[in-house]
This record gives sequence, C-alpha cells and structure tokens, in this order.
Amino acid sequence: MYPSRFAYEAPSSLDEAIGLLHQGAGEAKVLAGGQSLVPLIKLRFASPELLVDINRLPGLDTLDVAADGSIRVGALVRHRDLERSTDLARVQPVMAAAAPLIADPIVRTRGTLVGSLCHADPQGDWAAAVTAVGGHVVAQGPGGRRTIPIADFVTGPFQNVLAYDEVAVEAVIPAPTGQVAGGFLKLERRVGDFATAGTAVALELTGDRVSRAGIALTGVGSRTIDARAAADSLIGQVLSAQAIAQAADLAAEAAQPNSDHRGSAAYKRHVIHTFVTRILTRITTTSERAA
Amino acid sequence: MTSLFEEIPQAAAEGVPVRRVTISVNGQPRTADVEPRLLLAHLLRQGFKLTGTHTGCDTTNCGACTVLVDDLPVKSCTMLAVQADGHEVTTVEGLAGPSSLHPLQEGFKDEHGLQCGFCTPGMMLAAKALLAENPDPTEDEVRFGLSGNLCRCTGYQNIVKAVLAAAATMRGEA
Ligand SMILES: Cc1cc2nc3c(=O)[nH]c(=O)nc-3n(C[C@H](O)[C@H](O)[C@H](O)COP(=O)(O)OP(=O)(O)OC[C@H]3O[C@@H](n4cnc5c(N)ncnc54)[C@H](O)[C@@H]3O)c2cc1C
Ligand code: FES
Ligand code: FES
Repeated sequence: MYPSRFAYEAPSSLDEAIGLLHQGAGEAKVLAGGQSLVPLIKLRFASPELLVDINRLPGLDTLDVAADGSIRVGALVRHRDLERSTDLARVQPVMAAAAPLIADPIVRTRGTLVGSLCHADPQGDWAAAVTAVGGHVVAQGPGGRRTIPIADFVTGPFQNVLAYDEVAVEAVIPAPTGQVAGGFLKLERRVGDFATAGTAVALELTGDRVSRAGIALTGVGSRTIDARAAADSLIGQVLSAQAIAQAADLAAEAAQPNSDHRGSAAYKRHVIHTFVTRILTRITTTSERAA
Repeated sequence: MTSLFEEIPQAAAEGVPVRRVTISVNGQPRTADVEPRLLLAHLLRQGFKLTGTHTGCDTTNCGACTVLVDDLPVKSCTMLAVQADGHEVTTVEGLAGPSSLHPLQEGFKDEHGLQCGFCTPGMMLAAKALLAENPDPTEDEVRFGLSGNLCRCTGYQNIVKAVLAAAATMRGEA
C-alpha cells in the first residue's frame, strides 16, 4: 500500500515546525511515532499535503518525574520509554500498568503517549490513564503556549481541540497530595489488539481514606469515558467491600458499550465491573500502592 | 511510483519531489533519492534489493517487516524511508558473519524455529533486540518480547526454543 503523495519536512526547531503547520493552513499534519498516522495514510483514510516530522526536534524526548511526583511526558517519549521507566512505576502505578498493554513491543518502540492523546482513538489506552490521573496537555502555537485539561483536549472520536498550527509539546500529570495507588486493566483478544474494555483507576489516599479518585474507561463508548460518579463515590471512604461494589456499579453504568465483534454490550459492561472491583480490591491488599 | 536510485549521482525523474537520504544499512552507507511517501520496507526491498525483509500484512500488525533502527525493532512498513536518514538499519541480511551464521540463525535451524520462513527475519531481529536488552530471558519474557511478531505456521513453540538456545549460545553456555 502506498500513501498518496505528500511533501515532507523534518524541522529542527519547534518554531520552525509551528511555522510549517501555519503555512500548511490545515492541510499539514504532525508526524510523531507514526504508528497511527502512517497506517492511516497508507489506507488513504488521510491524505495530508504536508507531513511535519517532529522526530528531530530537540528536548521533546524527556520523561521527567519530579521529586514531588509530578510527571512531564515530552511529545517524543515513546510507549517503550514509559514501559521501562522505574521512576514512573514508583510514582504512578496506573501509568506504569498501562504502558506494557499498549499495542505490541515493536509498535511501542516508536509510538508516543502524546501522539496517542492527539489521535484520540476512543479505544486508545493512554487517554484513559491520563484522565484517571487528571492530567493535561501543553500545546504551543504561533500565539504561545496553553494548557488544556485532558477532559477538554479530546473533543470526539479521532478529534482533538488543537488548532491546525499547534503542536502538543507535552502531557503533564500533576503532583499527588496523598499516597498514590491505582491500576490499569485491559481485556484484549490478542496482543496488539485494541481494548475490548479497559479500565484505569487512580487514587490518592490520606491515611485509610480516599482523598482523590479518578476512574476512566476505554473501548466502551465513542470516546474515553470519565466515570466521575464512580470516582466521586469513593471520596472520603475507606475501601470497604461495600464502597468498592458501589464504585464498580457506577462505573459499569457509566460505560456506553456497543455490541460488536469484540463482545456484547452486556459483556463489556460486566468486564468493566470486574476490572474496577479487581483494581480496588488489589489496592486494599496494598500490592498496587506506590512507595 | 517512486523515483529512487542508489549511489548514482544523477538527477531524479523530473517533477517528482525527492529527498536524498543516506542510511547505514548493515554497516554500509547507502544513498537514495526517495519520494517522502516511500516506506522504509519498500526502500529496503525494491531500492536496495534486500528482500529478506518481508511485508506480510502491510497494516502494522504482523511484524514480518521488522528491522532494527539504531538497534531497536521497528516495523519498516510503518516508517517512511526519509525518516531513516542518518540512522543505522539492520536487516536479516546483516545477521550472519562472513563465514558463520548468527547464533539466532543457528538456533532457528537447530530448533526448527521456522516452517515457511515468512515470519523468520522479523522474528530474529525482534529477538536480537530482546537479547541485547535481556541476555538471559525466561520463556515468558521471550513470548512477551516477540508478541509483536505473528507466525502462521509454527505455533511459536520452536521459535521460543530457538531464541532460548541462541541466548544460551550468546552467553557462552553452549
Ligand atoms: C498494531 C497496532 C496496535 C495498536 N494498539 C494500541 C493499543 O492497544 N492501545 C493504544 O492506545 N494504541 C494502540 N495503537 C496506537 C499507538 O499507540 C500509536 O502509537 C498512537 O495512537 C499514536 O501515537 P504516535 O506517536 O504513533 O502518533 P502518530 O501516528 O505520529 O500521530 C497520530 C495523530 O496525532 C497527531 N499528533 C501526533 N503527535 C502530535 C503532537 N505532538 N502534536 C500535535 N499532533 C500530534 C498526528 O498528526 C496524527 O493525526 C496501536 C497501533 C498499532 C499500529
Ligand atoms: S508488513 Fe509490516 S507489520 Fe506486517
Ligand atoms: S514459519 Fe511460516 S509464518 Fe512463521
């Protein structure tokens, strides 16, 4: 399969990249890991006139885990880097658990977290993890930088809020205030498949009580689902069997699955229920708490 | 569809915008003028006639086209040839030494790690990257490490054995 013809630039500065996108006037696209975009242009689902390859831009490959537990994931940090980061595993278990479940090991060599957020696939995994931890995206355009909460960043299936001349430069996960706990579970038919259903749970505990909670679902709706009611039901609670059951019920209710070749809607809802229960139960046995 | 040439300093076909790339392929610098839309897999196979890199699915699923770019495994059907400019690419043709097979090739031969052989080049390159990072993997680690490479024939059993055997050889244990 051959993509249709396009022009290609690999600028060496961010300003230059933004300038090229600006000139492209909506017909140019950013090329990051290429693990979603290249398949799309090969299938000719997308036919951009210009690809602006950001892989040679300096400074975007930094994965910075600060002492306060905040995390900055540059636009060229690959799934593989996140999978292998011991710092990430220490401070943010939900992100560390998601990384090895993205695609397959070879796709993970090139694909990026930021690219995955930009691609806004309703079945993508990173958007769920970043939603659960309450992250945001930093974008830069001709007018400067702005910060966009993840909930506002994705506007629909395969659609994000970026202007045509903006580059997403990093994703930021805020510093936790309590003890961090969480997990990510995904049901896939085989390695490299997108989620039949996936669940990200991120908690902060103060003592025995939940002080912050995020639960997000993937594969069970036309976009990543922020299961707010389920997460809120945990605030101030001790993770009792009853509290866990209630959160699992509310998360399953928040899911909007369709029946398809991956399973019936009822089945996917059931999987979400099981995943929320499983992650929260594991947290009570402390195995998934960050140090 | 694509104008490319290697090591010949002539102008490219008129009207088709091309870019000159220089890529180290199996240690040899290779130059080509490529259209941006040319995929690395096609440059290797058609441009450089290195047909050991297979294209199985062309949809980024099977891993038959796996090559190493700067020692890391990449699906060459999902990377533009222009993106490899200035980088080092290793294909299956770069595995064997002048007079001996690579331990992975020996392993696949001895353990019957292939039947039709279509997936084998990609398997071996993914395995090479895996063993560079983890010289003494468990069976599970081999299965996980090769999970981006599909095989329609073997059922994987002997592929895993082949990689474990090669790992032992490379550690100097066999
Ligand atoms: C076989 C296979 C299996 C996969 N399985 C999964 C899976 O299980 N879970 C999952 O979540 N994903 C999966 N993916 C997708 C993969 O994670 C991609 O890496 C990811 O979706 C896109 O990241 P990328 O860096 O490759 O982006 P690209 O493909 O380069 O770009 C994707 C889109 O985002 C835009 N973009 C990228 N970066 C930026 C930026 N910095 N600023 C502005 N716009 C940008 C591009 O213009 C393009 O529209 C799979 C892909 C393949 C091929
Ligand atoms: S041909 Fe590239 S992954 Fe199948
Ligand atoms: S040996 Fe035939 S596909 Fe693997």
